[in-house]
Amino acid sequence: MKLDGKVPPGNLAEKWVKYKSSMPLVAPNNKRRIEVIVVGTGLAGASAAATMGELGYKVKCFSFHDSPRRAHSIAAQGGINAAKNYQNDGDSIYRLFYDTIKGGDYRSRESNVHRLSEVSVNIIDQAVAQGVPFAREYGGTLSNRSFGGVQVKRTFYARGQTGQQLLLGAYQALERQISLGTVEMFNRHEMLDLVTIDGKARGIIARNMLTGELERHAAHCVILATGGYGNVFYLSTNAMGSNVTAGWRVVKKGALMANPCYTQIHPTCIPVSGEYQSKLTLMSESLRNDGRVWVPAKKEDAVAIREGRKKGVDIAEADRDYYLERRYPAFGNLVPRDVASRAAKVECDKGHGIVATGHGVYLDFADAIQRYGSSAAHSLGLHNPNKAKITELGEAAVKERYGNLFAMYEKITGEDPYKNPMKIYPAVHYTMGGIWVDYNLETNIPGLFALGECNFSDHGANRLGASALMQGLADGYFVIPYTVGTFLSNEIRTPKFDPDAKEFKDAENDVRDRLQGLMDIKGNQSVESFHRRLGKIMWEYCGMSRNAEGLTKAMKMIRELREEFYKDVFIPGTRDELNPELEKAARVADFLEMGELMCKDALDRNESCGGHFREEYRTPEGEAKRDDENYTYVAAWEWTDTNQDPILHKEDLVFENVELKTRSYK
Amino acid sequence: MKLTLKVWRQKNNNSKGQFESYQVEASEHMSFLEMLDVLNEDLISNKKDPVAFEHDCREGICGACSMVINGQPHGPMKGTTTCQLHMRSFNDGDTIYIEPFRAQAFPVLKDLMVNRDAFDRIIQAGGYISVNTGGTPDGNAIPVEKDQSTLAMDAAECIGCGACVAACPNASAMLFTSAKVSHLALLPQGEVERQKRVLGMMKQHDEEGFGRCSNVTACEAECPKEISITNIARLNREYLSASIGSEKMA
Ligand SMILES: Cc1cc2nc3c(=O)[nH]c(=O)nc-3n(C[C@H](O)[C@H](O)[C@H](O)COP(=O)(O)OP(=O)(O)OC[C@H]3O[C@@H](n4cnc5c(N)ncnc54)[C@H](O)[C@@H]3O)c2cc1C
Ligand code: SF4
Ligand code: FES
Repeated sequence: MKLDGKVPPGNLAEKWVKYKSSMPLVAPNNKRRIEVIVVGTGLAGASAAATMGELGYKVKCFSFHDSPRRAHSIAAQGGINAAKNYQNDGDSIYRLFYDTIKGGDYRSRESNVHRLSEVSVNIIDQAVAQGVPFAREYGGTLSNRSFGGVQVKRTFYARGQTGQQLLLGAYQALERQISLGTVEMFNRHEMLDLVTIDGKARGIIARNMLTGELERHAAHCVILATGGYGNVFYLSTNAMGSNVTAGWRVVKKGALMANPCYTQIHPTCIPVSGEYQSKLTLMSESLRNDGRVWVPAKKEDAVAIREGRKKGVDIAEADRDYYLERRYPAFGNLVPRDVASRAAKVECDKGHGIVATGHGVYLDFADAIQRYGSSAAHSLGLHNPNKAKITELGEAAVKERYGNLFAMYEKITGEDPYKNPMKIYPAVHYTMGGIWVDYNLETNIPGLFALGECNFSDHGANRLGASALMQGLADGYFVIPYTVGTFLSNEIRTPKFDPDAKEFKDAENDVRDRLQGLMDIKGNQSVESFHRRLGKIMWEYCGMSRNAEGLTKAMKMIRELREEFYKDVFIPGTRDELNPELEKAARVADFLEMGELMCKDALDRNESCGGHFREEYRTPEGEAKRDDENYTYVAAWEWTDTNQDPILHKEDLVFENVELKTRSYK
Repeated sequence: MKLTLKVWRQKNNNSKGQFESYQVEASEHMSFLEMLDVLNEDLISNKKDPVAFEHDCREGICGACSMVINGQPHGPMKGTTTCQLHMRSFNDGDTIYIEPFRAQAFPVLKDLMVNRDAFDRIIQAGGYISVNTGGTPDGNAIPVEKDQSTLAMDAAECIGCGACVAACPNASAMLFTSAKVSHLALLPQGEVERQKRVLGMMKQHDEEGFGRCSNVTACEAECPKEISITNIARLNREYLSASIGSEKMA
């Protein structure tokens, strides 16, 4: 199979504009007859469904949530990037493009990333018009902050709830279309298979989660916006329901899974505290604007803290190792996520960790509180304020910026982060890998598109903070409404598809058999216990650092676990009723295959890049060592059979505008 | 810690429910939902039907979790969703009653799960600004006063959980509705549709079977996002002036 990225010709800055204006269109009267299925109502799906509805397509939109507003995007905290240069600090579309390519460790497609940067500015305008209450300056203009891996302030935010506010904007636009009748919404419906007719995507099989009934839905094309697969690790910052099933099902129908091993481990999450734990909580990257990361320089201090004999505040300034500032003076605490996470692991592996498990470092706001406090005292005209007053003012300033995050931290840990430094550790957060798509966001199955986190397109081997929201909304509002025309303009004479056609019935029967098969196992172990065990294998061998031996071992362990699952899983209840355990079982079954593919991909990529760190490939200073000679490609995997090796297809990445360099944040 | 749980079990909307008693061993570091996970793992290992409850983000933002704990929606801690409530708020030996959110407009689906589609329909009735994608002015072309924007954001923080309804003796959804009306009415972008919005949303609110507010203020006390009741006052003002406005137009 030859992979064609369908990148339009022309120079980088003009590609999208030219392509857009020469793209085939579907006339309004034809749009009314064309049916489109959108699966997912996160930022990508809700924005796509709403916009396609506005354009006049007949949209059917699906979500396993009870309301579109509850999609996982709701949880995004820190912000969204856009190359507005409102701060006059030298930002530009090119700089955002360059930062994203570099941040992704030169493993993404130039053309896609440039388009993303171009439309980023439109997203902010759109969100403001919808009433998204972004943070403002006193003059009434929009406020910005910095995120990791960049040296400008281009991140727009709404307190620590940027994802919530952006999603509510898209959700409201979607609800408006629902009220106008252009979009039909199917809540609590889980897509369990794709239906293809003559090689083209023409519908889905969805399970009504309240009744257990399987439904056949036909359309002219299918758009997936089903989010990331970080929950393959069991513990992650993703919502509990996030899963790979939609993506994995289309892979089983012939779509390709690209770069599955590229996983983002976020450096600042609340550390794991016990076996019972069901998920991990992110402390937004925005905190690294003001928080300083450190561990005790002396091992004996770390031991004393772990044993509860000392506290962070007891450690003298001179005995603290602000290791990010020490190792990366140019970017300091704001190095990209992969770099910050690995650095934390290095310190903890050396024995400097500060929580009982050994896996934790400090994120300290004491300096920021003093700095903000002094500045506030100054602007209030207080001369010689005492330390208590400064601290009080400083805490208020920090509260205004990060109040909800601090409150969340305190609720979970029971500790006051204004008085004691936060304890944090890296955790699985985002998956850069995903369904392979071309420039049109179309998969190799004609008529099947993938948007948002579920595709692989824009972030290479590492995503910069605040760029997922940007990508989801770029794809949904400003890319797919155009590019879908490249497929649909050839379909204007295609009549509606009949959901009673053989292809639909066969697919429905397959799904029914699969679910019944799971019910019939009637073993002794819970779904959750298998998921937890899979997560442990993935974290141990395919997590923050990987090596050939471990990955080989992990693949074997996953295969054995999968066998055990199909022999011994127990699912209570029946297939035809509301049954959350059955829902989970079907998802874990898919994770058990996806996990193996991730290890396979990681094993195949004999280099370190971005979030993929192979211990065998590192520089003398311990930094990731790429092999541009041999690995400047997208690894797109074709699934054949569970018992056979998947087939690797390569899309070579061509860099015409950016020179490949060793990433340095020193 | 050892706990006795009295959990509402109900097979579906057509069947009658009742409390069932369970013993569970939990640690104070667990979240409330992790404690229920332990119960469910135990039920499953005994081949019994686990307790169905809604949850997703488990960090207090998606609004999925919804249960009444010892008579309080989202439990005893102020400004906290059930998923963020931790067992350190309880004592060894406690008996805890767990029920679904109860309201005519929120029919029980199973155990602790209820149907909250009515909230989506209230939003459909006008909880938006009618702009299509594209063709919008530059973000900085519409300055918004910082304090005004802060107030709008305070209201916009509503997570659509429905605790306000469960807390209210009238099962009123006016705190939820007022949060959206306020969010949009406080911003210049929301000005154009201000009257139409409040009339449409309140009409739908009433049609769904939610009661009207009679100033009990239980909603504000139980709201996990501490949405202020002043929003209801604003809703009432908006509603009144819109009603007068629409009479004039008629
Ligand atoms: C805690 C946290 C904080 C974050 N903060 C930021 C941030 O500050 N800035 C940033 O840029 N990014 C952030 N991210 C990343 C970002 O939130 C996500 O990448 C992004 O929201 C994904 O959006 P999406 O639309 O692709 O998918 P999602 O929001 O995950 O939506 C997936 C949708 O698909 C539906 N779905 C999935 N499978 C099926 C199926 N089989 N059948 C039916 N429906 C299905 C779901 O119901 C849901 O509606 C954060 C992520 C986390 C975990
Ligand atoms: S107003 Fe409060 S209680 Fe009511 S839905 Fe919103 S967040 Fe929940
Ligand atoms: S599970 Fe999301 S708010 Fe509780």
